[in-house]
Amino acid sequence: MTGRGDTATGNRGLNLIEPLIFEQGQPGRSGVDLPDAPTVKDRLGACKRSEPIDLPGLAEPQVIRHFVRISRNNYSIDANMYPLGSCTMKHNPRLNEKIARLPGFADVHPLQPVETVQGALELIDMLARWIKALTGMPAVAMSPGAGAHGELCGIMAVRAALEDRGDPRKRVLVPDSAHGTNPATAALCNYAVDSVPSDARGRIDLAALKNKLDTDVAAIMLTNPNTCGLFETDILEIADAVHAVGGFFYCDGANFNALVGRVRPGDLGIDTMHMNLHKTFSTPHGGGGPGAGPVVFSEALAPYAPVPRVVHGDEGFELVEEDAGKAFGRMKAFHGQMGMFVRAMAYMKSHGADGLRQVAEDSVLAANYLLAELEDILPPSYPGPCMHEVLFDDNVLNDSGVTTLDLAKAMIDEGYHPMTIYFPLIVHGAMLTEPTETESKESLDQFVATMRALVERAKAGDIQSFHDAPRFAPTRRLDETGAARQPILRWGGGYAKDAAE
Amino acid sequence: MSDVKFTEEHEWVALDGDIGTVGITDYAQDQLGDVVYVELPAVGAEFTKGEQAAVVESVKAASEIYAPVSGAVVEVNPALSDNPALVNESAMTDGWFFKLRIQEPSEFDELMDETAYATFVEDLD
Amino acid sequence: MRYLPLTETDRAAMLNAIGVSSIDDLFDDVPESARLERLIDLPLHAGEMEVERDLAAMASRNTAAGSVPSFLGAGAYRHHIPATVDHLIQRSEFLTSYTPYQPEVSQGTLQYLFEFQTQVATITGMDVANASMYDGATSCAEAVLMACRVTKRHGAILSGGLHPHYSDVTRTMTRFGGFDVQVQPPDLNGDETLESSIAGTTACVVVQYPSCFGHISDLRPLAAACHQAGALLIVVVTEIVALGALTAPGDLGADIVVGEGQSLGNALNFGGPYLGLFAARNEHVRQMPGRLCGETTDVEGRRGYVLTLSTREQHIRREKATSNICTNSGLCALAFCIHLSLLGGEGFARLAKLNHGNAVLLAEQLSDIPAVEIVNDTFFNEFTVRLPQPAAAVVRALAAKKILAGVPVSRLFPGVASVDNLLLVATTECTVQGSRDALVAGLRGELQ
Repeated sequence: MTGRGDTATGNRGLNLIEPLIFEQGQPGRSGVDLPDAPTVKDRLGACKRSEPIDLPGLAEPQVIRHFVRISRNNYSIDANMYPLGSCTMKHNPRLNEKIARLPGFADVHPLQPVETVQGALELIDMLARWIKALTGMPAVAMSPGAGAHGELCGIMAVRAALEDRGDPRKRVLVPDSAHGTNPATAALCNYAVDSVPSDARGRIDLAALKNKLDTDVAAIMLTNPNTCGLFETDILEIADAVHAVGGFFYCDGANFNALVGRVRPGDLGIDTMHMNLHKTFSTPHGGGGPGAGPVVFSEALAPYAPVPRVVHGDEGFELVEEDAGKAFGRMKAFHGQMGMFVRAMAYMKSHGADGLRQVAEDSVLAANYLLAELEDILPPSYPGPCMHEVLFDDNVLNDSGVTTLDLAKAMIDEGYHPMTIYFPLIVHGAMLTEPTETESKESLDQFVATMRALVERAKAGDIQSFHDAPRFAPTRRLDETGAARQPILRWGGGYAKDAAE
Repeated sequence: MSDVKFTEEHEWVALDGDIGTVGITDYAQDQLGDVVYVELPAVGAEFTKGEQAAVVESVKAASEIYAPVSGAVVEVNPALSDNPALVNESAMTDGWFFKLRIQEPSEFDELMDETAYATFVEDLD
Repeated sequence: MRYLPLTETDRAAMLNAIGVSSIDDLFDDVPESARLERLIDLPLHAGEMEVERDLAAMASRNTAAGSVPSFLGAGAYRHHIPATVDHLIQRSEFLTSYTPYQPEVSQGTLQYLFEFQTQVATITGMDVANASMYDGATSCAEAVLMACRVTKRHGAILSGGLHPHYSDVTRTMTRFGGFDVQVQPPDLNGDETLESSIAGTTACVVVQYPSCFGHISDLRPLAAACHQAGALLIVVVTEIVALGALTAPGDLGADIVVGEGQSLGNALNFGGPYLGLFAARNEHVRQMPGRLCGETTDVEGRRGYVLTLSTREQHIRREKATSNICTNSGLCALAFCIHLSLLGGEGFARLAKLNHGNAVLLAEQLSDIPAVEIVNDTFFNEFTVRLPQPAAAVVRALAAKKILAGVPVSRLFPGVASVDNLLLVATTECTVQGSRDALVAGLRGELQ
């Protein structure tokens, strides 16, 4: 339907086919004018480059056209809702971008003398205070670069604390509904992952958990609300049980959007939790990153927090970059994702305590509204109410010949990015749906109408249109099997086959 | 003439003398979808029964393959590196994974025969 | 509130549809003791005007590196970013899009990732590159972990020329895995020999090119020694523009090349977000961490791109993944890709030549100052200067005079007395003669 065969160029109206930059280059062309280099005797030594660099030359107009054209092939939150569960795809305020680009924030080198960067350190300190207040926790490490990095920070602090006690232990308990980063993180810290089943209510099975709790358990990693969008009702008992065996409670903060301003994780008994500034606090996803993952700590774990730390000295803010104490180490070069800190701070100040509480309420309201409006035709996997996201599965598609994947691809033709599919693993054909608080009621109603129409069509047996979907996107379904069997990972490089050919 | 037995993890092993050829069943390849890669053990590696010996990958999943009987690897299937699709196309013959020199013949006898495996699979669905 | 579209009427209608009377009913699962009845003790909401005023005031309490003569490097470099770059990365479709897990509606992102991977593999002289990691330091740590997986060994030797943040991060991330990570003493003169340290348990040797102190070593003998011993050579590049003037590490025998891509397309941003580069050989591709974008076709034969080889990653392999990484540095990678697209191969080489030329000029000017010594024989755009007195105090004094003179080595190696008088000085294409003169005059004034 798109491209090929319809027009002479293969283009379709505003949708223009755009080759790779490597297919457009010409020698003698560049999009940057530079002054001539001074004539000097070089000091490069034996490794001075002798070969030209095989990258294409394009002028500025061509580069702009190239990236503008390919940008048109992207869905974005600025264009439409992302119902992606566990991602919190909320609106990205433009004020954040403006503030982050102020030269006083953007054009500052991390190793300038601290007297020349007091405003930057003050911002990090302010953000840290807001995060501690919102979570009810006494300490925070600002440096982790993203959520998974924050998980690593939290579990490393746990292990460091336990080793300090002379009792490193061997296992970490993780619910079977957990995000894949949780077990991957535990493995990096040399912990065996012990999976705890979920119960019929979609929560972690408390009895099974208690059965596995012994003095070999270093920590439990729990997401709350969990990846089914449900609040772990036994959480206080879980915290007590873990502490009773001398273990620690790590909370995955990906779903904090449901709680911010209404519940402090510190009041639930957690020892450490990472924030996703690119989820709850609106920093843009940027097509996959960058993120930022500050980690809060209890008093027990605070001494083990990594460097660097921003502290108040006699003459203003200081950076502690080397720790003679118990810090478990350093997670990243320099001080953390300052550009994301500025954006998150602008967002937090804009919302304030009252606005952030409203964020949690509206996000929970929106998800429950979807549940209510869809449940007669698409029942949720677990009875409501849910929190900020609602989990569906493919039971309703049984015998229809349409899978969750087919439904997702049909959503694309309707103008929607699909919800999170096949996660969590504990239901079949999962469809995890999170609207967020920045969707208007009109937007939610349109989504509901679309989902109703699609489910009706699937049940009515219109299988072919689902199997053919998407038909209207810039590409049809792509051959992922071929991409994995014969990986082509760069232009001009052949197949990336490992082992001997 | 080789004798074929099956495990509950959907591996088959065909015994010829003391060499057992191991692969995954047709049911297993169907469940997996398109196989994109098989991580095979090194020749000479030794496994006890039930130990992880290989990994078979589809686009969206990776499944462990366990040694159905104890033994040492004497040969791995050279065709799988260039053509992992063989596992889907002929799981029970050309899509074999590795051959073991088996150590304990009684382990083989304990496995399910074709009829028992067929019943086992029926009960799963 | 400007980011919240729901009105009170909307909320009432939605509560009605759900069948509850108040929003509190939807928070019933929260234990009573944890329910906050009052607002958290933080300021209330604010309009754009107030937020801008407050944060701009905070920003004004920082000295912008571009507003004064500035010679800071040590892993972050101030280059000129063409106006096109920042304009393009702010397009909605790039800025506000999600990870390209649904490829049919993410071909924009996937195409630039494919181009980025090609650019990185090309300039490093390697077969394949991933779609970026958090920063150079975490990429370095991930490279060590990968080398241990590939060689099935547990020892790593880190050069004394490796940026200390990189060795600290590497030691931290390998801390609990039973690895043996040896950090060599600071290689101030660029004359360390690592070959004799390579043992049968060594998985990898990690060197920085140019080193933290600016020295450029021919890595070929070290590469040969590594391979002889069955170990991998990991080369770290913290100033990616150097590859415009130097032989690609892949052509010197590197097995894995990691680096920091911040210099292209990305502002200093007080240390982040930055851009981790990771490149390797085809034979090791399945052991690589991070996302990989691959070319394929759709059902109509149209060329397209998808994330591929995903079974390495956490969302599928969970505890057996090659890394726990999920997020990459997408928008930073796009900025890098756009900047390098504008430069092209010839422009990249010219940029590097200009950087080096400015550094040579500065070195000559500085060496004219009595009692100031340039430690390096070789350097690209950063070198080590020996002052007759502790560098940190000199730097602070010059900062008060609005000159950012460089990074005292003692900041990177606290507690190592032998580095107290050393200063790392970097220049780029942005450095003008007036700035060089100001630095020279300032130093003359500060030195006894």
